Amino acid sequence: MYFIGIDIGSTAAKTVVLDGEKIAASFILPTGWSSKETAARIKANLDELGIDVEADDTKVIATGYGRISVDYADKVLTEISCHGKGGANLMAGDCVIIDVGGQDTKIITMEKGTVARFLMNDKCSAGTGKFIEIMANRMGVDIMELFMLAEAGTPIPISSMCTVFAESEVISQMGAGKSKEDIAAGIVESVVSRVALLASRHDSLDKYILTGGLSLNPYFAVRLAKKLGQEVVTHEMGIYAGALGAALLAADKFSKMPDSNLHRFPAVK
Amino acid sequence: MADYRQMWSDLNMDLEKHDLLCEVLPEAFGGVYLSQENRPQGMDFYDFVVSEIHGVRPSELVEHRKNGGKVFGTFCVYVPDEVVFAAGAIATGLCGGSQFWVPGGEKVLPANTCPLIKASVGARLDKTCPFFLIEDMVFVGETTCDGKKKAWEILNQDVPVYVLDIPQMKREKDIAAFEQEIMDFIKKVEDVTGNKITPEALGEGIKLINNKRKALQRINNTRKASPVPISGKDALLVTQIAFYDDPARCAQMGNKLADELEERIAKQEGVFPADAPRILITGTPMAIPNWKLHHIIETAGAAVVVEELCTGTRYFENLVDETQTTIEGQVRALAERYMKTNCACFTPNPGRLDDIARLVKQYNVDGVIDANLQFCGLYSTESYLVKQKMDELGIPVLHIETDYSENDFEQLRTRVEAFLEMLGK
Repeated sequence: MYFIGIDIGSTAAKTVVLDGEKIAASFILPTGWSSKETAARIKANLDELGIDVEADDTKVIATGYGRISVDYADKVLTEISCHGKGGANLMAGDCVIIDVGGQDTKIITMEKGTVARFLMNDKCSAGTGKFIEIMANRMGVDIMELFMLAEAGTPIPISSMCTVFAESEVISQMGAGKSKEDIAAGIVESVVSRVALLASRHDSLDKYILTGGLSLNPYFAVRLAKKLGQEVVTHEMGIYAGALGAALLAADKFSKMPDSNLHRFPAVK
Repeated sequence: MADYRQMWSDLNMDLEKHDLLCEVLPEAFGGVYLSQENRPQGMDFYDFVVSEIHGVRPSELVEHRKNGGKVFGTFCVYVPDEVVFAAGAIATGLCGGSQFWVPGGEKVLPANTCPLIKASVGARLDKTCPFFLIEDMVFVGETTCDGKKKAWEILNQDVPVYVLDIPQMKREKDIAAFEQEIMDFIKKVEDVTGNKITPEALGEGIKLINNKRKALQRINNTRKASPVPISGKDALLVTQIAFYDDPARCAQMGNKLADELEERIAKQEGVFPADAPRILITGTPMAIPNWKLHHIIETAGAAVVVEELCTGTRYFENLVDETQTTIEGQVRALAERYMKTNCACFTPNPGRLDDIARLVKQYNVDGVIDANLQFCGLYSTESYLVKQKMDELGIPVLHIETDYSENDFEQLRTRVEAFLEMLGK
């Protein structure tokens, strides 16, 4: 029996397949311009792996902004429930999940295995992955290069609260001949500050896990930990937190086994 | 729909621009309202009013004006309508609830002004709302927030605005000050209408508006039942229309609807399953046609069962004492009643937190959604205290900041759905 979680975000589409207690497959596709097409590609990918999403003993939960485009899903749930579930599973217990995604940033507190509170950024891309993407484009580097530059730099303060204005600020810093490293560090620091502010408006447990696309880069977690004055852990499966949570929730909902909070993965220390 | 073009043209409206609004409204209303199932029959009246929203009531106001009557346009639940009706004049609400009017307001107001103020000013300046163009209408502003205070000065360049000074605190001397303010308003209304406001007339005015409030209270009382006999969207629409309909007709149609809802309760008939999550909405007013949040919540499977809003309990909860027989006594009773309304423009404002806590109990609420319009500093700041109070009571609360535009619809939907998933019902 397969339990499949599909998380179609604004930038990347993540899929996790659970077979009993282990991950049978996991893959990422770029979302592209059509979530419907992405959903079809995921289905084709699974087909190639010999997994038929329409089979009676295969259950699919879809989440993320493109969740309604997954017409073969047995259920849709919001990314809050799924990231919460997935993050807590990676942490092996209650924690605060900070998910910095392509379009929004979420802070989710898990208590007794369920979402107790959550907070999302307002409709504005400052403090999200999108901000870093836009700024990297402006500097002519990719996101990983931007982080590498940032690590070598000293942050220049970027004070604008709005991505569009911040972009102008970055352009004037570039015009003023400031080093690429310092500007890159300033860009990352600006997102770190906004995420930390959002987290500080939320309540604090001392267990934070960073998930989503930005968790792939340890530098961001290090800066965030410094700003929060708390440890922030990352996990190699962090980018899959939403899809993993969806798959686990599918197992909870559709499986006859009563082991809903089973930790199927090596937890982070 | 009857043809109102001649009237609109006589009112000097921008017909071409107005046509754009007329084109989109029916579709918006159909999608949000007519798609609901098992609606009470009593809603037919309100559907009709919306279908002729810029025709049926404005033509009554124009008729009233032709017969020598006066019309007062208001923007706030602190304006005592009783005084206006006592002088044989008509008071009508003017708050704008559509993105359509926002750009017009932004021509003269900063973009970071709340959409309600921008839409209200824009509707007048763009000449796209007949309610704002009734001949000789007296615009009654008030000092509830900084955005409005300054907006009146700018609107006043286009049309005279009489401004009512609302206290910012609720000490005895503030209530006394508001009494004096109502006295001055009586004088203003007498001057404009040429009619003397006698204690008998004011007594009638008080009864008229109380009866409207009682009808709205009856409707809202039925929403305590489970399953709930009327959707939050429909109840909101009734309250929104109450702001500009004839008060006697409003009471009559409201009571008729309440009769039907009470019958539904007896038959245990509802519009949502009995186990649907029950939501209280609190925050800034939702002027017609702002149905955005109710629509998102109710299409996600939850029922909005009460609004602690100006377009909700703040509008009709308290009644004016009807036993006073002198102008002084009546004005004191009016001042006391209006100062019971708890708006975030007062400091401190613990009454609102108590109101929310009480309504949560009375309406058996599962979760509170605290929603304020963008750039409303008062309500967004007070949201901190709302959350604190709800945390104390163990009631989950979701804070939302939004405007009239559609572009955050999906983001809001995600938040609302996640909130409902969290409630776990």
